[in-house]
Amino acid sequence: MLLSVEHVTVYRYDRPVRGVVQSHRLMPSKFDGQKVLDWSVTMTGGELGSAFRDGAGDWVQGWTVAGPVDEIEVRVSGRVLTTDLAGILRGHKELVPPEAYLRNTEATFADAALQELGQIIAAAESPLGGCHNLTDAISDAIAYKPGSTRAHTTAAEALAQGEGVCQDHAQALISAARSGGIPARYVSGYLQSGQDGMDHEAAHAWGELYIAGIGWIGFDPANRCCPDDRYIRIGSGLDAQDAAPIRGISRGSGSEILSVTVAVQTQEQ
Amino acid sequence: MTPYFNEMFQNNAVRPPYARLEGWSADMPANIRLAKQAEAEALFRRIGITFAVYGEGGDPDRLIPFDMFPRVFTANEWAKLERGIKQRARALNAFLVDVYGRGEIVRAGRIPAKLVYQNAAYEKSVCGFVPPKGVYSHIVGIDIVRTGPSEFYVLEDNCRTPSGVSYMLESREMMMRMFPDLFRENRIEPIDSYPYKLRRTLASVAPAKCDRDPTVVILTPGHFNSAYYEHSFLADLMGVELVEGQDLFVDGAFVYMRTTEGPKRVDVIYRRLDDDYIDPLCFRPDSMLGVPGLMDVYRSGGVSICSAPGAGVADDKAVYTYVPEMIRFYLGEEPILSNVPTWKCGEASDLKYVTENLHELVVKEVHGSGGYGMLVGPKSTKQQVEDFRALILANPGNYIAQPTLALSTTPTFVEEGIAPRHVDLRPYCLVGERIELVPGGLTRVALREGSLVVNSSQGGGVKDTWVLAE
Repeated sequence: MLLSVEHVTVYRYDRPVRGVVQSHRLMPSKFDGQKVLDWSVTMTGGELGSAFRDGAGDWVQGWTVAGPVDEIEVRVSGRVLTTDLAGILRGHKELVPPEAYLRNTEATFADAALQELGQIIAAAESPLGGCHNLTDAISDAIAYKPGSTRAHTTAAEALAQGEGVCQDHAQALISAARSGGIPARYVSGYLQSGQDGMDHEAAHAWGELYIAGIGWIGFDPANRCCPDDRYIRIGSGLDAQDAAPIRGISRGSGSEILSVTVAVQTQEQ
Repeated sequence: MTPYFNEMFQNNAVRPPYARLEGWSADMPANIRLAKQAEAEALFRRIGITFAVYGEGGDPDRLIPFDMFPRVFTANEWAKLERGIKQRARALNAFLVDVYGRGEIVRAGRIPAKLVYQNAAYEKSVCGFVPPKGVYSHIVGIDIVRTGPSEFYVLEDNCRTPSGVSYMLESREMMMRMFPDLFRENRIEPIDSYPYKLRRTLASVAPAKCDRDPTVVILTPGHFNSAYYEHSFLADLMGVELVEGQDLFVDGAFVYMRTTEGPKRVDVIYRRLDDDYIDPLCFRPDSMLGVPGLMDVYRSGGVSICSAPGAGVADDKAVYTYVPEMIRFYLGEEPILSNVPTWKCGEASDLKYVTENLHELVVKEVHGSGGYGMLVGPKSTKQQVEDFRALILANPGNYIAQPTLALSTTPTFVEEGIAPRHVDLRPYCLVGERIELVPGGLTRVALREGSLVVNSSQGGGVKDTWVLAE
């Protein structure tokens, strides 16, 4: 499928700030399911900083903006040709050992409820079947409800309140999977808005679970499926914060107002 | 007859390295000794060597006690220690490059994957990045204890930012000032080249993008840190700037320091700040102590960070038990210095032994340091032992246990005169283009009678450490 992405993030400061530093992971991952036709990331007034591919295979690009400045726009636009690989991350080069993704963070700490969900994996006939069952169970346990959680809501909190967004689904999935002994990571990316009437999140997140003999496989509890050709994978991490496409900080006392618009559309080939 | 090895007296005879110190100490009248002790304290106070103790809420500017009785090694003893220390520093660095690369030692089954990759100090963000000269740990502090004439054991490795080297240098300075005669009568190897060698080590790992004489800085968390004195002391002796996070900033692909003459590019950062705090864009987002964007510059070769982020995975107390294995695996050599036998409470059979023998073991937290959160079985009450047992059982993987070692003693000035007190040794091995260490280290002494805990945070003091020339 040919997908086009327009992703604009605008930072407005009520008082000009002295400078901004950001670290971006905004390039589509390199693997067999994705081919980038064109892609650009721009930042108003930004100076390109260091860039490199990290051990997890993500392209990292630093940026700095010299102040004073009261508004910054980060614009991502491009087109990616995607192929449905049933969620399998085939042909992705990375060096971080899967075992490094067994560690939980504060956001993915597995409480008793999450640990109980983690047992679903061992109960299934195969690890793969177990991961599917777990994905469904997370989907059942956390209803999609925008605005019900915040950026810092932990997996345990989201599960306890039974509502959340894709970030909460993904963090709960990887937390439970890790407690079940499956290396798991948080993935950020884009999702093409569906024609099925569901209100999907275009800036999306899901989980990847590592199954020995197969490798990393994506699972999306928010949509009860494995990522297919409607998905664009960007980057991964131990939790939402670790996998954030943009991490940044501004120097100055101005408070920040953030607005984000994302559009992902199918294009005629 | 004490069961402990006394480094000065053996079978009622003075061991040769201490020969000249016997007369010196015996001839010193009590009033002179007290006067010298007071002089030393006044000097330390004036220079400002103080040590803040965490968790006690005491005087933040407390002096670290200084004992005037030197601790002495022969040239032969030192030669063996030096070889063993360098060997260990090489193996630890080879291990770090490996576990952030292909992980051969794990694939070969020589160390459990879990211990490395699920370690809280394993930093996946530096996977695949090889720091300049392949060095992660540029200053390796190796804690060594002695139990007999030629029995030395490594107690632990410190690969991140071992502190205390300022006490090593100041103790020598103090002794030379107060007892110049001693340095004429004994042929003592000098250690004053340490700051020069540290500077040379740091400069030798400048990043590839640095095409001139590298600018080195020391990054400190600030004057509230217990080792702040040491940070400023080393900056001063090396002739480099002492900076805090706010003094540095990232612009484009490099790191700069604010100076009165405008921004100056920085090539090597000797950071005395934990990984978690050095860059809010990569680690803890709430850290105000670090430099935003630093890790991106580092990982693309624009600046060097010493020790390299992630170095801590080599020095936790569970990984420690595998260092002899690292030496065999990477160097194809047999360890020159022995490890202390260690039980890992995370393993069922070890846990059983430990919980059954708590009264005679020393138990430590895997990530602990500074003598906090540890149990010295023979010196603890029944209640303390029971309380600790509960802690271990609640989280076995967090603890290791070792036999209570019969730490050697050296004569020490105490209220009643001179008495043996237990000591350890921390030499500082520098690793850059070359591997070197000055002959000596920091001798820490447990000033309380019978105490085996030498940490300055637990009532320990320091001594000058001599290595005699051949």
